[in-house]
Amino acid sequence: MKHLLSINDLSKVDAISILDTAEKLARVSDGPMKKLPTLRGRTIVNLFAEDSTRTRISFEAAAKRLSADVINFSAKGSSVSKGESLKDTAQTLQAMGADAVIVRHSASGAAQRLADLEWMSGSVINAGDGTHEHPSQALLDAFTIRKHLAKGADDLTGLRVAIVGDVLHSRVARSNVLLLTKLGAHVTLVSPPTLLPVGVSSWPVDIAYDFDSLLESVDVVMMLRIQLERMSDLFFPNAREYSRYFGLTKDRLQKLKPGAIVMHPGPMNRGLEITADAADSARSVIVEQVTNGVSVRMAILYLLLAGSAGEIAL
Amino acid sequence: MTKYLIKQGSLADGKVTDILIDGERIIEISQNISNSEAQVIEAKNCIVLPGLVDLHTHLREPGREDSETILSGSMAAAKGGYVAVSAMANTSPVADTAGVVEQVYRLGQEAGLVDVFPIGAVTQGLAGVALSEMGAMADSKAHVRVFSDDGQCVFDPLVMRRALEYVKQFNGVIAQHAQDPRLTVGSQMNEGEVSSRLGLKGWPAVAEEAIIARDVLLAEHVQSRLHICHLTTAGGVEIVRWAKARGINVTAEVTPHHLLLTDESATSYDPVFKVNPPLRTQNDVLALRQALADGTIDIVATDHAPHPVEAKECEWQEAAFGMLGLETALSIVNKTMVESGLMNWAAVAERMSVAPARIAGYADHGQEIAVGSFANLTVLNPTLKSRVDRDRVASRSRNTPFHGIELPGVVIATFFKGKATYSFDAKTSEISAGGN
Amino acid sequence: MSVALPAADIARALTRISHEILERNSGSDSLTLLGIPTRGAHLAKRISAIIESIEGKPVQTGTLDITLHRDDLRLRPPRAIMPTSIPALGIEGRNVVLIDDVLYSGRTIRAALDALGEVGRPKTVQLAVLVDRGHRELPIRADFVGKNLPTSSNQSVSVKLTELDGSDEVVIDS
Repeated sequence: MKHLLSINDLSKVDAISILDTAEKLARVSDGPMKKLPTLRGRTIVNLFAEDSTRTRISFEAAAKRLSADVINFSAKGSSVSKGESLKDTAQTLQAMGADAVIVRHSASGAAQRLADLEWMSGSVINAGDGTHEHPSQALLDAFTIRKHLAKGADDLTGLRVAIVGDVLHSRVARSNVLLLTKLGAHVTLVSPPTLLPVGVSSWPVDIAYDFDSLLESVDVVMMLRIQLERMSDLFFPNAREYSRYFGLTKDRLQKLKPGAIVMHPGPMNRGLEITADAADSARSVIVEQVTNGVSVRMAILYLLLAGSAGEIAL
Repeated sequence: MTKYLIKQGSLADGKVTDILIDGERIIEISQNISNSEAQVIEAKNCIVLPGLVDLHTHLREPGREDSETILSGSMAAAKGGYVAVSAMANTSPVADTAGVVEQVYRLGQEAGLVDVFPIGAVTQGLAGVALSEMGAMADSKAHVRVFSDDGQCVFDPLVMRRALEYVKQFNGVIAQHAQDPRLTVGSQMNEGEVSSRLGLKGWPAVAEEAIIARDVLLAEHVQSRLHICHLTTAGGVEIVRWAKARGINVTAEVTPHHLLLTDESATSYDPVFKVNPPLRTQNDVLALRQALADGTIDIVATDHAPHPVEAKECEWQEAAFGMLGLETALSIVNKTMVESGLMNWAAVAERMSVAPARIAGYADHGQEIAVGSFANLTVLNPTLKSRVDRDRVASRSRNTPFHGIELPGVVIATFFKGKATYSFDAKTSEISAGGN
Repeated sequence: MSVALPAADIARALTRISHEILERNSGSDSLTLLGIPTRGAHLAKRISAIIESIEGKPVQTGTLDITLHRDDLRLRPPRAIMPTSIPALGIEGRNVVLIDDVLYSGRTIRAALDALGEVGRPKTVQLAVLVDRGHRELPIRADFVGKNLPTSSNQSVSVKLTELDGSDEVVIDS
């Protein structure tokens, strides 16, 4: 495997191998060896054509712990925001000798275009493309779920996950649906019908409009960020009504079954899709998701970059 | 002018014959013509069709001569077997005055490879608000009869009603780009299972069908003539079928790409497959083929839309809509309609020459292949196969979605009013012998 | 394929190495045994058991994975990461004995020394191997050797252990 563009690039075995590697790397990070020489001499570029401090920092920490040289190429002040073409950017990265490019871009498919067009020879890692996918987020979510709920199993068979909110515009939801179902979990999307894509019926998930009906049966509640701009596009009447039906409130939190966990990819809109009670409750693993993100991204970088170019990595 | 003798070609009805061209016209059709002065075209195993007529072509001149000119577009047309094209109005400046349409017409005549018939804009600047001077364009040397805001939908129902009424005075036709703009804000591809997966904003079929439904009812109400550009959905086919059964004066076109490609192509995120209206589902493709075969859809029109490299070598959502069509249209129709057994060559002649000429009122075109007719002829070897190569197109642009695909059928020669505007040179083209 | 070391020889070699380690370090109190996965870790367990039976008390034993420290990562597909477990007393000031199955180029041991450096500062680092087949590419030598096996570089030496392979033997393939 050379690139990580979509969860579809991974078989179940591949995905489990990433989670297992992340687990071992997490142990290394906890132990005395904070920094590993593994990717010494490798150049990794964080190409962020869209703001995302947390994902960028997470990849940066992962790369640095593996001793790679990291170059940040962010949208603000860079040529990407000035309309420089993807092609010119890629050729620049190639000229700089990037071994891997971590791409965040507002256009769906941007990472795949970079990988397909052979403008550069390095690995491409999709760190979120438009409303398409965000595979490393799904992997860290699966890692977190497995750690808490899999009881030693290497996959997520039998676990019930509710993904709640703006599925239509969510790359996190798309990657998670693909990955969690691949790992054996049962996924229900909970959303107002306006925020589900036409065509969702072909996805391997259940659909529910009534959040309350699921609270007692799910093991994981994954809340998605809702953007207030969606109101002006008529997706829902207002924030109050959205929270009333699709927000994770204190009352809903109390109805969750024992052991159920609450997740959110961040950044949260406290008081909109999730109340402070829920975000800060003992069930919340939101902060831990961030920690796990570094280990999972170390595993991705290790598996994509440590081996020789062109060979099957996993 | 040179005399030409087409030897042993099959006419659309299957009859094998020789055709002698002198000057602008066909002067003899019979078995075993011999004429020592004539240049001979060996047409054994070839089909001789009335020269193809395109009702939907973007030639980009004036304004975007970097992507196509009237001359380069004419060359692409001749290579594809066309003898007449209809230049869409969305140029810069917009073809919404007699001055612009006359210029386009004149440049077409100067190029001299096909008739270039300008299409006039329905509204000033394609803005959808005020009618353009359609009368002046109709009266101009360009003799415009087809009006379209293509690229934009004439969305305001009152504007559409008035336009339909207005063109009745000179027997014009409004060619509607059926797309509800409110339902397609920011749309990138067909809305459905594939768009849900790819995270690309959907362009729902209903946005096309709702406008078609409205406009056939308006055409009926004001007793005028409506043409539907690039029909793409099974639902749209049903509405047109219903309207025709009801006696409404509506015609419809389908593009070659919508007869072959589906929205699955978008999974590559390669914008060469980005087109408006978008590629639809396999179900739609099959419905379009059936409708073209049964006459619900009257014609094939290319929607030839050249774009410079940078407009396609980018992210999908940044890329321009549109694909090349002129040079591959006949091969695609051969592949999708003739080889599949849905249509015979007589129907191809009707859908790609006779009917478009009739709809647009191009009297010199779509004529029966007969002594005395203009020698507008397309000679096709339907079994030769050739691989589409975007680096060897006649168009100035290279945005063909068929690059690398082997298509059946090679145009051997095109005659435009007795002049050989294209002749196939086997030595310089990559061809593989087809069939067994 | 030829058997260079049958099971009985392996057992004798491990017993001898155990005695040599004890002798060199004046008992087991200051010792920390670290096996390099996969086979080195199993050999460390065996040596640990032998030493325990001789001394009558357990010896500090763990594993040290060197995968992430290898200098040949770019030459082959990524390897699975194996566990590292440093025993409770750590390595600071200890006499650490690295244990591996085959000593060849010396690069594994170089990586192990790097990995060890990240963990702490031992008093001494010693090396025990079951087989030394020569062809060193780095200035590294073993302190305790089960058997010196002269080989050519196009031969391959494989160590089979009951825990993983069902039986004990060292074979040379040409």
